[in-house]
Amino acid sequence: MRLSSCTLANGEIRDLVIENQIIVGIEPASKNGDLDCSSLRVLPGFVDLHTHLREPGFEQSETVLTGSQAAASGGYTALFAMANTQPVADNAGTVTQVAELGEAAGLVEVRPIGAITKGLEGKQLSAMGSMFNSKAQVRIFSDDGHCVSDAALMKTAMEYLQPLGGVIAQHAQEPTLTLGSQVNEGEISRITGLKGWPSSAEESIILRDALLSEQTGCRLHVCHVTSKLGVELIRWAKQRGFPVTAEVTPHHLVLTELEAKNYDTRFKVNPPLRTQQDTEALVEGLVDGTIDVIGTDHAPHASDAKQQQWDAAAFGMTGLEQAYQVAHKVLVHSGLSDWERLAEAMSSAPALIGGVSNHGRIEVGQEANLAFIDPTKSLRVEGNVYSKSANNPYTGMEFASSVVHTMFRGGFSYKDGEVKK
Amino acid sequence: MRHLLSTDELNRETAIEILDSASQLSRLNEDTTRKFPTLQGKTVVTLFYEDSTRTRISFELAAKRLSADVINFSAGGSAVNKGENLKDTAQTLEALGADALIVRHSASGASYNLAHNGWTSAAIVNAGDGTNQHPTQALLDALSLRQGFNIDDGKGLDGKKILIVGDILHSRVARSNLALLPTLGAEVEAVGPGSFSPGCKYANLDEALETKPDAVMMLRVQKERMNQPLIPSDKEYSRFWGLTEQRVKKVPNCLILHPGPMNRGLEISTYAAESNNSLVLSQVKNGLAVRMAVLSMILGGKNETI
Amino acid sequence: MKTVLSESDIARTIRRMAHEILERNSGPFLLLGIPTRGVSIAKALAEAIESISADTCEVGQVDVGLFRDDRDTRKAKPIAETVIPGSVDGRTIILVDDVLFSGRTIRAALDALSSFGRPAMVQLAVLVDRGHRELPIRADYVGKNLPTSLSEKVRVKTMADDSEDSVVIE
Repeated sequence: MRLSSCTLANGEIRDLVIENQIIVGIEPASKNGDLDCSSLRVLPGFVDLHTHLREPGFEQSETVLTGSQAAASGGYTALFAMANTQPVADNAGTVTQVAELGEAAGLVEVRPIGAITKGLEGKQLSAMGSMFNSKAQVRIFSDDGHCVSDAALMKTAMEYLQPLGGVIAQHAQEPTLTLGSQVNEGEISRITGLKGWPSSAEESIILRDALLSEQTGCRLHVCHVTSKLGVELIRWAKQRGFPVTAEVTPHHLVLTELEAKNYDTRFKVNPPLRTQQDTEALVEGLVDGTIDVIGTDHAPHASDAKQQQWDAAAFGMTGLEQAYQVAHKVLVHSGLSDWERLAEAMSSAPALIGGVSNHGRIEVGQEANLAFIDPTKSLRVEGNVYSKSANNPYTGMEFASSVVHTMFRGGFSYKDGEVKK
Repeated sequence: MRHLLSTDELNRETAIEILDSASQLSRLNEDTTRKFPTLQGKTVVTLFYEDSTRTRISFELAAKRLSADVINFSAGGSAVNKGENLKDTAQTLEALGADALIVRHSASGASYNLAHNGWTSAAIVNAGDGTNQHPTQALLDALSLRQGFNIDDGKGLDGKKILIVGDILHSRVARSNLALLPTLGAEVEAVGPGSFSPGCKYANLDEALETKPDAVMMLRVQKERMNQPLIPSDKEYSRFWGLTEQRVKKVPNCLILHPGPMNRGLEISTYAAESNNSLVLSQVKNGLAVRMAVLSMILGGKNETI
Repeated sequence: MKTVLSESDIARTIRRMAHEILERNSGPFLLLGIPTRGVSIAKALAEAIESISADTCEVGQVDVGLFRDDRDTRKAKPIAETVIPGSVDGRTIILVDDVLFSGRTIRAALDALSSFGRPAMVQLAVLVDRGHRELPIRADYVGKNLPTSLSEKVRVKTMADDSEDSVVIE
């Protein structure tokens, strides 16, 4: 198949020739391809290092299939699925099951994330070695949803994983500072009377873990950074050469704590939305590379779990279907950065961290995983189209461009607004 | 006024209207207990997810004195809290014909959700939501203050200096007062130990009383609401912040309020509670009048939907 | 807008009503105005009565908002003051209001009165009777009979509340 006149991330216009799932040629632009991409920006397919697919155990909120559909519609070709399923993905059997569900769905590459501790209880290491060697080939380990707060255990986990070469992804949240916390500690907790979640509970763990990663040599990936100081700590750690990478969610880039003032549980998320200053620092960090990637933390919940008084409602927002829109708004549309940085944050950097070398690059010999964007097709978000859940914080917002097709292993997983199969 | 959820939604005019109506009702009930047909045919449900006999009885009595039919739904304790979906309960009660729900819940924002999420079309009166607001309490406190200062109907509390003492962080009574009293023209300061009275400039109550306030409102030390103790001990609290006999004597013209129930000897001494300047009993009496005024304003006429 | 009674018309009418009240009541009576404007009218009647009879005329007011039966069609108003000198038991009460229309205000006033006690007799004085009664209620003393259509609005303005004395139809 010939895709003609594709505008790549660096602005060059080329024809891409795909054969047997591989990019076999990148040639001068022509007008006679099987698909005319002359109005489209073609980027490497997006890679999400942080998604909750909810299967096994919480299929009422999402399944590997519906999550894959949502991802494909958002330009994604690879997903890393967090381990807080039921049963927890802390063993070779469960991670293999999730990987196989992903293969069966056939829309994105699903790479399961393994839990750091058994049952996510934070007490004992899980079978990380077995998961590493399983069919699922787990490379990222995380207790996300929970923080590995015991410093000694975190150090041990890092020492154990370092020789294997995996990555520990930490959800930074000091539990004793955040018991029963609901919203950012600050103006919003004052206005609503809801218990605050101080950013120092996140920053203190980020700092501790960065020091441990330096000491053990194990790669640390900081999930969903949300505060200005958090960004500064990561910048400091990187300047000193610590093996640390970091991630920011789309929602923390564009939404602030005040969204919660009417107790609308769509805005209840962990870690919470914070201040305008934090949002600005996160954007700055994403632009200058201190924050390596955008990770959606796609957290679908069935409506029962959200239609409650705030305290009782579940934490989380969906994000796979609008992540590109937010990335474009914040990096390209704003003029703060460019398409190359967008492609890096959404695709090549996460591919590198997650060890999926068949994603993230448009090169001859590479698997054909591509996202096709129409930079002028604006969109008003009405809700989620493919995700099973409706807890979408962007409903009513307008964005300037959209993903129109997605190619996965040489075939279209998403074409002209419709997911295949 | 369609709902009463929070005192920060009340402007000065509406707040004074409520106080004046309550004042009239108070007068009308002075010599005999009167019953008014105002809410005849209306159904008022008290939906209390937290234990509170005194507030519930006050609301129940207020509704009955206005001839409403009253249903009490108390779901006290953790058993119902998690299992019972608030949305389902509200919709069931509406199907049974509730015109107004008087709601007390441990979740901040619960009343707001009931009023605005489209789960029910009943009028909502917030009787206390988590650590957020308790508007009728602040209104009865304001009325008691107005009476204590011998200020006429139609007026606010302009120029009065009021000190709120105690666990501001977890007190919905404090928060409602902090929003209402300045609206009525008073100068309010919140003081107490730094761990639950953020921004306090004083080291103890003696220092705070040097500012010669016109009234002090003593908050109950709420041990049940704190996850971990925020103060070293009761003894230390009362030594630094308790309204002792000695402290009362230092400010002889200062009015004293307490929302109840009192921890005698902890935040307030018996001397203070029973002194001539104590408004504690009138607070209870005014609670009934204020709640009657609020119910008659919300259900006793045609209201525009917000 | 049409003025049907001017300030001087009202003064003359009040004086005539005062004479009628004194003519019918040889013993003592208590005037109770219905807020808001019934109160001013009651005070004006009391003044006129005092100037004619040289005796003091007791006057008070009774708020009827809590006793209305047509609440669902009217906006809820704040509760106004009720001031009743002495008790109502065994006394002759003359209710005073500005406009008599459906009669529901007066019905509520009768309910309010009976919650305070048991008057020996209740009479009614109104400045304007505009017809369209919905209940069997009539006034004993009428300032002016004003046949109107339902779409018209009759407004009584008093010095205390509107800075002028007049009756207008809108």
